[in-house]
Amino acid sequence: MHILAIDTSNEVMGVAILKENEVIGEIVTNIAKNHSVRLMPAIEFLMKEVNLIPEQLDKIVVAKGPGSYTGVRIGLTTAKTLAWSLNIPIVGVSSLEGLAYQGRFSEALICPFFDARRGLVYTGLYEFIEGQPKLVENEQNILFSDWLDKLSELNRDVLFLSPDMEKHSTMIEEKLGEKAIIPEKTFHIPKPSHLGMAAGYHKPDLTHDLIPNYLRLAEAESKWLNEQRDTNNG
Amino acid sequence: MIKDTYILGIETSCDETAVAIVKNGKEITSNVVASQIESHKRFGGVVPEIASRHHVEQITLVLEEAFQEAGLEWDDIDAIAVTEGPGLVGALLIGVNAAKALAFAKNKPLVGVHHIAGHIYANRLEEEFHFPLLALIVSGGHTELVLMKEHGSYEVIGETRDDAAGEAYDKVARMLQLPYPGGPQIDRLAAEGKLSIDFPRAWLEEDSFDFSFSGLKSAVINKIHNAKQKGETLKPEDVAASFQASVIDVLVTKTVKAALQYNVKQVIVAGGVAANKGLRAELEAKFANMNTPLLIPPLNLCTDNAAMIAAAGTIAFEKGIRSGLDLNANPSLLLK
Ligand SMILES: [Zn+2]
Repeated sequence: MHILAIDTSNEVMGVAILKENEVIGEIVTNIAKNHSVRLMPAIEFLMKEVNLIPEQLDKIVVAKGPGSYTGVRIGLTTAKTLAWSLNIPIVGVSSLEGLAYQGRFSEALICPFFDARRGLVYTGLYEFIEGQPKLVENEQNILFSDWLDKLSELNRDVLFLSPDMEKHSTMIEEKLGEKAIIPEKTFHIPKPSHLGMAAGYHKPDLTHDLIPNYLRLAEAESKWLNEQRDTNNG
Repeated sequence: MIKDTYILGIETSCDETAVAIVKNGKEITSNVVASQIESHKRFGGVVPEIASRHHVEQITLVLEEAFQEAGLEWDDIDAIAVTEGPGLVGALLIGVNAAKALAFAKNKPLVGVHHIAGHIYANRLEEEFHFPLLALIVSGGHTELVLMKEHGSYEVIGETRDDAAGEAYDKVARMLQLPYPGGPQIDRLAAEGKLSIDFPRAWLEEDSFDFSFSGLKSAVINKIHNAKQKGETLKPEDVAASFQASVIDVLVTKTVKAALQYNVKQVIVAGGVAANKGLRAELEAKFANMNTPLLIPPLNLCTDNAAMIAAAGTIAFEKGIRSGLDLNANPSLLLK
């Protein structure tokens, strides 16, 4: 059982190959460089390194967002096309869940988040119960200050994981004080191997039906919906 | 016996998700287009982010349909051709990344294709080329005259310096409050109107084959504004007819002049605006008196499709042109 896991949903690019529950190869970069140019060459390189040909893949796992719209689509298009053409199953895993997986040995609630500009974040709340990730609070696109207020009301320890931690750690500490747990930097970089492991808790998607987890409407669409609402009420 | 060449083409540069399989560069074995036009209508034009969202939802469905329609297997396919530009970058990225995944998974050569080369080669699906030939490309994004001395060689001898012809159509249609897409609406109205308004024609320099439509666009907008202020009513049919006459006059005159100057053996018309009835009629009338054959593809090959990309890709493939797995979308790719 060979699994190819792909994540280009945010700035980190990750490609991993798992054999059963073992990582046999992994590439992770945490630099601002073009995913579209680098993803396929990275997959090709890694496959060669571990001596696999495409026909030996049994499953594709992909980070389906949230994150950069374009980044999410590059990963998803690549993953869906690979799965379709090789006729193997695909599993789309939330990018937040993949990141949350890196806190799986914590007793605390786990809050993965990605910066979404203008004070907003993509986030959700997870908890690992007997090793399994459970969604405690739905994933959403929300003002981070509002979200932190909600978390502080829970009065529990919360482990925060985010590649955008630097920008937000002060506010987290202000709002949650001692309840906030912020590990060292390496834990905040999503690993595709963990995404591949998290996929083990999900049923395969139908390849044609797998779509990005944007958590936000396109700007033109929300504007249009607001206009419709205004005309209907006015 | 020479083996047949089958090229899989992928096109996602704007608002159509398209996949096709073409045999020997000339024969369509399948041609699937998932149009998004209904989805963009409510916004009055193509919204790039919405277009990209549709492409990622459609791409594998359209691929599957193209194979089913053709009744072919992967073993039959010789190479994968994909539009690498120009176009909307987010939209192009879907086609490019799907093509790269296929090239890797199925171990097939990959060929990046210029969108305009595709529009030109749509004509070869109808009739073989004879060089030198002249191509007039008119669409929402392009207005160009291209000279070809042989397969796969493109010399842009004229292009728009501001708006594409199709863009001017869309803007004038919006001024006349016609639904999107405006081009066909203006074409329809123009047939009922009179040439009562003398709109300017941008001829530019004596020896130039370039175009300019922004002056004409402003003239139409001013005319409508002035009439409104004076309380006069302009018949939209007449505005459409007079506007269209100005566009067609320039396009046709420059095409005829270039055809004569370069002594071409064929003139090809391509791009979405090639579907325009007024333009087709005027070109046909002019070229009827000349010795140069005029080729205008059927409507379904004028608008964006992937058969044209596969057709152009066949030539590039046969010439040994290959793209790597680092192929990227290039929204401002030049035609060379
Ligand atoms: Zn086009």
